[in-house]
Amino acid sequence: MWMIDIPPFVPFFIGALLLIVSRGLLRSAIMLAIPILSALHLMMVPEGIHLQFTFLAYDLTPYRVDKLSIMFGYVFHIAALIGIIYSLHLRDTLQQVAAMMYAGSALGAVFAGDLLTLFIFWELLAFTSVFLIWARKTQRSYHAGMRYLIIQVLSGVILLAGALFYAGENNSLAFGYIGLDSIAGWLIFIAFGIKCAFPIAHNWLTDAYPEATVTGTVFLSAFTTKVAVYALARAYPGTELLVYIGAAMTCFPIFFAVIENDLRRVLAYSLINQVGFMVVGIGIGTALAINGAVSHAFNDVIFKGLLFMSMGAVLHMTGRINGSDLGGLYKTMPKTTILCIVGAASISAFPLFSGFVSKSMVMSAALEEGFDWIWLMLLFASAGVFHHAGIKIPYFAFFAHDSGIRANDPPNNMLLAMGISAALCIAIGIYPQALYSLLPYDTGYNPYDATHVLAQTQLLFFSALAFVWLNLKGLYPPELRSTHLDFDWIYRRAMPNVLQYSFAVIWRVDRALRDAFKLRLNACINYFAGKNDRISLLLSRDYPSGSMAMWVAVVLATYLFLSFIQ
Amino acid sequence: MKNEKKYLFDDPKNIKRLMHIFYACCVVLVVLDFVIHRHVMHDWENLWAFYPIYGFIGCVVLVVVASWMRTFLIRSEDYYDKPNTSDVNDGSVTDTSAIKGANHVDD
Repeated sequence: MWMIDIPPFVPFFIGALLLIVSRGLLRSAIMLAIPILSALHLMMVPEGIHLQFTFLAYDLTPYRVDKLSIMFGYVFHIAALIGIIYSLHLRDTLQQVAAMMYAGSALGAVFAGDLLTLFIFWELLAFTSVFLIWARKTQRSYHAGMRYLIIQVLSGVILLAGALFYAGENNSLAFGYIGLDSIAGWLIFIAFGIKCAFPIAHNWLTDAYPEATVTGTVFLSAFTTKVAVYALARAYPGTELLVYIGAAMTCFPIFFAVIENDLRRVLAYSLINQVGFMVVGIGIGTALAINGAVSHAFNDVIFKGLLFMSMGAVLHMTGRINGSDLGGLYKTMPKTTILCIVGAASISAFPLFSGFVSKSMVMSAALEEGFDWIWLMLLFASAGVFHHAGIKIPYFAFFAHDSGIRANDPPNNMLLAMGISAALCIAIGIYPQALYSLLPYDTGYNPYDATHVLAQTQLLFFSALAFVWLNLKGLYPPELRSTHLDFDWIYRRAMPNVLQYSFAVIWRVDRALRDAFKLRLNACINYFAGKNDRISLLLSRDYPSGSMAMWVAVVLATYLFLSFIQ
Repeated sequence: MKNEKKYLFDDPKNIKRLMHIFYACCVVLVVLDFVIHRHVMHDWENLWAFYPIYGFIGCVVLVVVASWMRTFLIRSEDYYDKPNTSDVNDGSVTDTSAIKGANHVDD
């Protein structure tokens, strides 16, 4: 059974090569066939280690399948297929190849059984995805892509350093539970944390994702952060620090999301908020919490993809994405509107939609383990996510004031991709057992008990009531054409300015010092020259050097003359 | 513009209807609190209408705080596009181009 030995990233990388040499319909067919065939192949693969070899006395395991990794494997295939359908209308080899490689790298990373393989795919994720940002071909996207690449590569370098420490400490590169009790543990934790958009390391996400292409953002939202979530779930389950980091991640982005104008940036902030729920789940570390984190990652890939696709459709059809420029689009884009609302309901965790069946596991686990205040924060974040992603996104894009834009629904392939995502959101919401059967643990959890459904519905309806009330009172912050400062101000503005200012000071001091030194030096030279003048008239400067040259010439001429007369 | 078709929410009556349905749902949800027997996991959940009140107040606080944050976080749309503007308000950073020797030129 050599077929089993083919890791899922291989078909994607081969596919990327085939895309370069194919055109038109054939290319579309290849792009669609690869995730489908690879997914069918993955379904037949049993658990276990399928590929292993020794490299420099270390066992490398590029292909390991278990309950945790296969879950991410499935959802990455789904995300790749949906993203490819969404971008079928594109005629851009660079983007298509980059997207294929990117999906392959994500699959390589989740099936990596050792830290070195993980590092390679970790860096490949960065180098392939950055082209999806640059493909926008604007000055802004170029700079945003650069910053994205620097931060991602930094994360990879820290991971490599951590892996080397780990190899030194344990004499093994196996990627399993690591924990925070060594330098290696901390380094790897930081590397994962950067990719996971931990607070203050989160700005690469809100900076770069909204600058990527319409289709690129859909791919970006699916892979990078989820690979990081997978890696944390593998290496740091039950690390209490993660509970507090995750809770912070759920809460602080919603404030920025409320005032942000670029609707795709609003979604980027809410992506951090959703990842926060997963991180809390991993931090709690019980079977229920890990199940919650993993299933929420699964659902988030689909519903966040759906939301990015619907906003991408708006951007594609109108050329605008700022809340201040949009409004009233439901009139001519009814299908997109409905699909967007399905995504909004899913991310807000309405009962019967996918977010509900996974987020509730994390919340229940937080209560069970006695994290009362964390639970309150998560509850606040749930209300907040409904507020900004559930209401704000559809409201400002499709309703609100009529912007006068009369754009049509997007091309059919985009609608189909969104339709598949929406169908999955509803299907998982109605029949969560299908999803639960794939999870790493069997907890027998049932989200649909009356108490829970009622509580969640009450929370959401009264959040909506708050939105209505604030809007009627005119208290809701209007959408303004603006930039809001976030932590990236530190490295985009403050640090360059401080450095420039301090260098200006350094150059000034340097110049003053050198001027003073030259002055002293001149004074010294003059002093010695003057002394010389006084002690030796012969060497004094009153005799020009020209006269000496003349006398030498006279002497030589005399010699010449004497040699002639002899 | 040509005589445009009337859309669903162009008619204020429809908006009103939708809002009435929405308010009715809210009331029903609070009433259900007393009808359905809840098995709670935490004391806070026993408080009267805990979830509705928490959701409402949470969102109002969210928006009020976000509006307040906007007062000092907002900048012009092209803030980061302009290289080295001097509208940084923290006082420690000034316009450096005016300082002699700011651009390092070796003489």
